[in-house]
Amino acid sequence: MLLIPCPHCGERAQTEFTYRGDATVERPHAEDSAEKWYDYVYTRDNPRGEHTEWWHHTSGCRRWFKVRRNTWTHEILGSESANTDNNRE
Amino acid sequence: MNSHRHPVGGTINRGHSITFRFDGRTYSAYEGDTLASALLANGVRIVGRSFKYHRPRGIFGMGVEEPSSMVQLRSGPRSEPNVRATEVEVFDGLEAFSQHCWPSVNLDFGAVINFASPIFPSGFYYKTFMWPASKWMFYERFIRKAAGLGKSAIERDPDSYSKFYQFCDVLVVGAGPAGLSAALSAARAGATVVLVDENGQTGGRLNFDDAAVDGKPAQEWVYQSTEKLKLMPNVEVLCRTTAFGFYDQNLVGALERIADHQREPDGREDRQRLRLIRAKQVVLATGAIERSIPFSGNDKPGVMLASAVRGYANRFAVRCGKKAVVFTNNDSAYATVSALKSVGVTVEAVIDCRLASPGESALKHIGNTPLKQGFAISRVRGLRRVKSVEVSRFQDNGEVIGSAETLTCDLLCVSGGWTPTVHLFSHAQGKLNFDEEIGAFVPREQLGSVQVAGSANGSMSLGACLRQGYDAGSFSSMKSGHKSEQKAKVPQVDDRPEAPMQLLWQVPKVRRGAAKRFVDIQNDVTVEDIELAFSEGYVSVEHLKRYTTLGMGTDQGRTSNINGLANLARLRETDIPSVGHTTFRPPYTPVSMGALAGGDFGTHLSPVRRTPLHDWHRSNRAEMQNSGVWKRPFFYIKTGEQVRDAIIRETRQVREKVGIVDVSTLGKIEVQGRDAAEFLERVYINRWKSLPVGRCRYGLMLREDGFVFDDGTTTRVAENEYYMTTTTANAGPVLEHLEFYAQTVWPELHVHLTSVSDQWAGMALAGPDSRNVLGVLIGESEAANENLPYMGYLATRIEGVAVRIFRVSFSGELGYEIHIPSKFAQQVWQAVLEAGREWDIAPYGMEAMTVMRIEKGHVVAAELDGRTTAADLGFERMMKKDVDFVGKRLAERDALVSAGRKQLVGVVSLSGRPIPKGAQIVAEQDARPPATTKGHVTSSCYSPLMDKEIGLALIADGRQIYGKELYAASPLTGRTVPVEIAHHIFVDPKGERTRG
Repeated sequence: MLLIPCPHCGERAQTEFTYRGDATVERPHAEDSAEKWYDYVYTRDNPRGEHTEWWHHTSGCRRWFKVRRNTWTHEILGSESANTDNNRE
Repeated sequence: MNSHRHPVGGTINRGHSITFRFDGRTYSAYEGDTLASALLANGVRIVGRSFKYHRPRGIFGMGVEEPSSMVQLRSGPRSEPNVRATEVEVFDGLEAFSQHCWPSVNLDFGAVINFASPIFPSGFYYKTFMWPASKWMFYERFIRKAAGLGKSAIERDPDSYSKFYQFCDVLVVGAGPAGLSAALSAARAGATVVLVDENGQTGGRLNFDDAAVDGKPAQEWVYQSTEKLKLMPNVEVLCRTTAFGFYDQNLVGALERIADHQREPDGREDRQRLRLIRAKQVVLATGAIERSIPFSGNDKPGVMLASAVRGYANRFAVRCGKKAVVFTNNDSAYATVSALKSVGVTVEAVIDCRLASPGESALKHIGNTPLKQGFAISRVRGLRRVKSVEVSRFQDNGEVIGSAETLTCDLLCVSGGWTPTVHLFSHAQGKLNFDEEIGAFVPREQLGSVQVAGSANGSMSLGACLRQGYDAGSFSSMKSGHKSEQKAKVPQVDDRPEAPMQLLWQVPKVRRGAAKRFVDIQNDVTVEDIELAFSEGYVSVEHLKRYTTLGMGTDQGRTSNINGLANLARLRETDIPSVGHTTFRPPYTPVSMGALAGGDFGTHLSPVRRTPLHDWHRSNRAEMQNSGVWKRPFFYIKTGEQVRDAIIRETRQVREKVGIVDVSTLGKIEVQGRDAAEFLERVYINRWKSLPVGRCRYGLMLREDGFVFDDGTTTRVAENEYYMTTTTANAGPVLEHLEFYAQTVWPELHVHLTSVSDQWAGMALAGPDSRNVLGVLIGESEAANENLPYMGYLATRIEGVAVRIFRVSFSGELGYEIHIPSKFAQQVWQAVLEAGREWDIAPYGMEAMTVMRIEKGHVVAAELDGRTTAADLGFERMMKKDVDFVGKRLAERDALVSAGRKQLVGVVSLSGRPIPKGAQIVAEQDARPPATTKGHVTSSCYSPLMDKEIGLALIADGRQIYGKELYAASPLTGRTVPVEIAHHIFVDPKGERTRG
């Protein structure tokens, strides 16, 4: 079980989190090509080494954030909050 | 009092004698004995049978490495199979049984396989039972019976287990000389230290060997060091605790056996505890294990590891035989000679395959015992145990010549060298190098936060163990932030140089037809099996392992793996590093399911969720049903009613009068903020900006891949505030989905999401009289159609409780959902029942609700199965064409809009028989699998309204074949029912009842 560094709450056990996957893909614009949309939904790199991915602190602050993790060693290289400046009123 | 126990010596407590039973016979032992030492002390030689050939097996080792003496421990619900007799601490009243034999360990019918062994080569099962394939199921029954070792208990485990999460600066695994030394130096520097050891006491090999530390007997040093550690507030010493796995970020799984050494746990104590220890630094001082040498007949009871024989003599004063021979390729086994002599065993000779002389201290151990250098044991004679051994001259090229002499003996002590225990290091992704000097794989380098010390590191001398342990402890405490202030000294020992060992992986047979040469004595893998596997092309270690089952037993080949690899290397004419080794995987030793589960079993496995109305349902004769983790009322039964009667009565109640059902389990999410409407536009397929305040709308959500995700009604309760409902099962996933889009994809939107599922209870009031009931509760004018129209919303009070009323309907009747703050749910529920008394209001359950929703053609999870599109379900007109929303682009792709997709339709049974759920829709009545199907039945029920068996189905182009007759075939139940395809809305397709 990994310890995940939540940028808002600190290190917490992996069981508090939900994993989503690659955080480098960006949702295309409505007018983008079908291929681009297909890639966004289905195509992912499977790197051996550093990977930036989405994690959700489901049983905690409920924020989505990015974790940089080495997929080979499982070393956690860092984490940062999603760009959520305007998100809260 | 034991026939094979020397009258003096050992560290057993002779003042406390114990009785135990093995295979029904009573024996005596002393406190401090293991089951193995006690059996040996009583002269019991055969304790088990081997896995494949059912050959007699005696005690071979003395600890975790033991391959052969496995027993069934205890009887009844605490009975446990495959327990190593060498690891069981004897307690008064202990009961053990030999296993894998019938009718007894001494006369085992399964042993006929042994005589037929030439026809049971490696891969026998693969070769023989491969064809005809259809017969495998038949063969399997017999193979299963012949295989397997002990039996698991079938009664409920009476003991409790627990999990324990622990954090420390330095975790030291192994409390032998290296581990104790490491713990002492780390603890003195101020680090918090946890020291674990699988044995009942600290000391490791020092408990079994005659050694001195700082000029005193080594055991004195062990005792003093342990006492010192136990007194330090920053140290925890855990014996009977096996570190079984090394996981990411220095998480070590350890099994603490709290009460396994007792008849049963004390009071309410757990039997075992799973410790998950997260350490900043880990020191692995896991020691080394002696290995055997393959030679003809080397599996016979009476052939034992030299280190084990020595240990039984030194610690337990047990004689493993009367007359012994020692066979070795290294210096370490020489100490066995003096140990044997000290308990009165005659040693006939030491057979050393090396031509060169052993070291000085080795020689001191043997005194006047004959030493034969450059010789090897080529054969063991004796049917059921060692009677004599043949000694042959051993040549430089590894060949043996003839039989020089025969020595009579009943004990043969073997040492093929020592193999470092690198399992945990390998779990931690540490890489190994082959060390030619010791003939074993050793850690290639220290890892960042894992230090390996002592014989686990390939350094076998006591001095090196103590020094490396000390260094690893200091280094680890420093890396975890503790500077050593006082310099303690490393304990001093008198290490005399040993002569180099000679690698010896097998002794060739002196003649063909001689007895088998065992590599793995648990799984019965011989040198000949490896040769056969090699000749059949199994040249990779991983293949060899699986084909021959080498090292796959409960002992995981601790005394045999390296011999197997070396023999494969010999056959491949290459070196051992090129052959490599199989992967070490956790757990190091078996971990009981009980410990892994801890307290998470039975009703504690997952939470039970109850609605705020649960108690009312239970006290009003509701039959409760599990719905995911929820408990929901299935139906309410009346005296004299059958289940079917109750369900029919409840649906009639709603269709003809008025009923009330608990819908508190629905997911509820507050969507707030000035961009809330824009947000809903983007996550739902339909329009939301046009929805006025005070109105509800049905919404459908897609996943980004274009398939339907969830549905529910959402209400604009204020200008910038929406109250969303989700299906029960998707309450969590929908919130997570919305949070992802709000926080990461459209962070510019001002929207705030809050789950209020638990804050609001819900009930649906439905039926033609529901408005009348509502009128009593909130006043007729308030409840009137003009004030609360279809899909309208009203915030009002019932008995002073602020409630939210939505005019929505799931049943297809005129209906309202009343949402109430959970705390007041029962009060309002009872107020509604009271108000409805005039119209004979009654509660209804999940089943009646399901029947009515099928009649109305409403979809639930059975239809929203992750493979259906909005169009498949008939919602294509709801989809916005002009603006983007989640799933829009991929919902438009060809595969999701082309003809031939399965569409939602109704099905009506033509035979009057129920339509099997999950049935396949086929064109012919006698279609048999594999047959082309047109679709499948998703839901079905008896419709009281139509007095017909009906269902919903997803059928290819179903909407174009209304009226067509097809068949619902269920090969699972063997039923085929003729059905007519119909529109999916059976009742009130225009919605006049709900809108009225």
